Amino acid sequence: MEQMIANNNPFVRVYRFYRDGFRNMTLGKTLWKIIFIKLFIFFGVLKLFFFPDFLATQFSTDEQRADHVLGELTRPVQSTTLSK
Amino acid sequence: MIENFDLTMVNWARAQFALTAAYHWLFVPLTLGITWIIAFYHTIYVKTGSEEWKRLTKFWMKLFGVNFAIGVATGIIMEFEFGTNWSNYSWMVGDIFGAPLAIEGIVAFFLEATFFAVMFFGWNRVSKGFHLFATWMVAVGSNLSAVWILVANAWMQYPVGQEFNPDTARFEMQSFSDVALSPYAIAKFVHTTSSSMMVAALFILSISSWYLLRNRHVIMAKRSIIVASALGLVASVFVMFNGDESAYQIAKAQPMKLAAFEGLWEGETNAGLVAAGLVNMDKRVDNDEPAFDFELKIPGLLTLMANRSWGTFVPGMKDLVYGNEEQGIMGAQQKMEEGKLALAHLQSYQQAKKEGDALTAEAHLNSFNKYKEYLGYGYLQTPEEAVPPVALSFYAFHVMVALGTLFILIFVAYFFFSIKGTLENKKLLLAGGTLLYILSMVASQAGWIVAEVGRQPWAIQGLLPVTVARTNLTAGTVQTTFWMFLGIFTVLLLAEISIMAKQISIGPEEN
Repeated sequence: MEQMIANNNPFVRVYRFYRDGFRNMTLGKTLWKIIFIKLFIFFGVLKLFFFPDFLATQFSTDEQRADHVLGELTRPVQSTTLSK
Repeated sequence: MIENFDLTMVNWARAQFALTAAYHWLFVPLTLGITWIIAFYHTIYVKTGSEEWKRLTKFWMKLFGVNFAIGVATGIIMEFEFGTNWSNYSWMVGDIFGAPLAIEGIVAFFLEATFFAVMFFGWNRVSKGFHLFATWMVAVGSNLSAVWILVANAWMQYPVGQEFNPDTARFEMQSFSDVALSPYAIAKFVHTTSSSMMVAALFILSISSWYLLRNRHVIMAKRSIIVASALGLVASVFVMFNGDESAYQIAKAQPMKLAAFEGLWEGETNAGLVAAGLVNMDKRVDNDEPAFDFELKIPGLLTLMANRSWGTFVPGMKDLVYGNEEQGIMGAQQKMEEGKLALAHLQSYQQAKKEGDALTAEAHLNSFNKYKEYLGYGYLQTPEEAVPPVALSFYAFHVMVALGTLFILIFVAYFFFSIKGTLENKKLLLAGGTLLYILSMVASQAGWIVAEVGRQPWAIQGLLPVTVARTNLTAGTVQTTFWMFLGIFTVLLLAEISIMAKQISIGPEEN
């Protein structure tokens, strides 16, 4: 009886659907490992150590950020040659 | 304080962004396109109940899963780069991109997350109808996730529906519909997604051809080919027409890009389209060298493509740099003068505001508003800087078009011989067919080179050059991460190739 109630509960059914799906994966397990390793490298290493948000880390308010960018925009430009 | 912009940094940042985008784009078109084809296979299975169609559907789903898993999140790197290398740009466009990308995050994530699981885990677990619905929703969700990023990209090429706020240094959205439904954005989305369908069809033809050559999984390969070649043919013809629409939009919004990828240095009435040519690398806008060492031109066709009417003028790079009074074309030279005035007034406006001089500030603000349309030109030192790299744009465009045309013929051949039942005997076609996916990636990457190289020097067309969009960092920082990315992405690509090759070698599951 309990089993039947559990089976009719949509949340339990969805949970079991996902649980069984993940359990039965073969190639999928390898792919998930790749995804997690990749996300760790991207967020845990690259983002953390190499890609700080420049304006967020250098300035504490939006006003300061706006002032900085306006300063950059109106700074005299001596050369704008791009490599082609 | 007068400082030089660190150009080395800018060029490394550009190279890094190009590298990231190109690697990301190795995975995306297959994901966008193959989901539709899988949905067709799945539909045929549900209609026929044939186990062979089920095996076939599951097999292509598996390869899609590999591609998706390896490619997912590779695009997030570009967002990292925006914040670090392109902070001025990031700040300035935040209001425009925030809404579209938030919608993408919410809609696409929930659609994909919900229906992916049902598509992969749903065999014999949910009803056939709901399972099929989930497969179609994965296709819809995947392609929806491309809408907003393409809208954002289109806005950079054709910045409509915005107003620059000189107090916050941000472009503020004035009309969401102008941004989301700009003809440039629609053309870009349609061209990108339909060409992705073509890429996916060619992926299926490549692998199926390999099976037929090796006499393995013959029934599956033949069935896969007949559907993929039919859908690929429809997609490729559609790509040809919407490519024409893209060119028309470019002619209106970015005439310099059109002139560059056609190698049109001097404007002409009834200008011809160069079907093939060898660019003269010594040609510049300010010399009289011939444009091409060799060219094969179709008379009048460029005018028709750019203006959709005979007897009209298509501006060349020289007209767009120095202006052409007779044709009413304002050159970069004149735009630079207005841009420099806009910048000077912006600077004076800021100064007057700091000094609390409201009247002077208002006067400068009014003058700034008068000239701001050409704000970006104020940063150019010479008008010739408005010309993008011509040879790269030209070759990329022509490689894309040539391959696109070849693909139509390939789809026709595959479909014809499939219907006739003689495809297995066409060994030469099948042998060449195994290379089709690689060729499709070349065409797809070339398309992005046309789009992105052709719009240089602009990060936002006419308003912000890449030299000003960047963060004032040293080149060393960007160089380090450039090589790191090259390493990481190469490992990912090798993983993709290795896992994909193994799965293709195993083939579909036997009953």
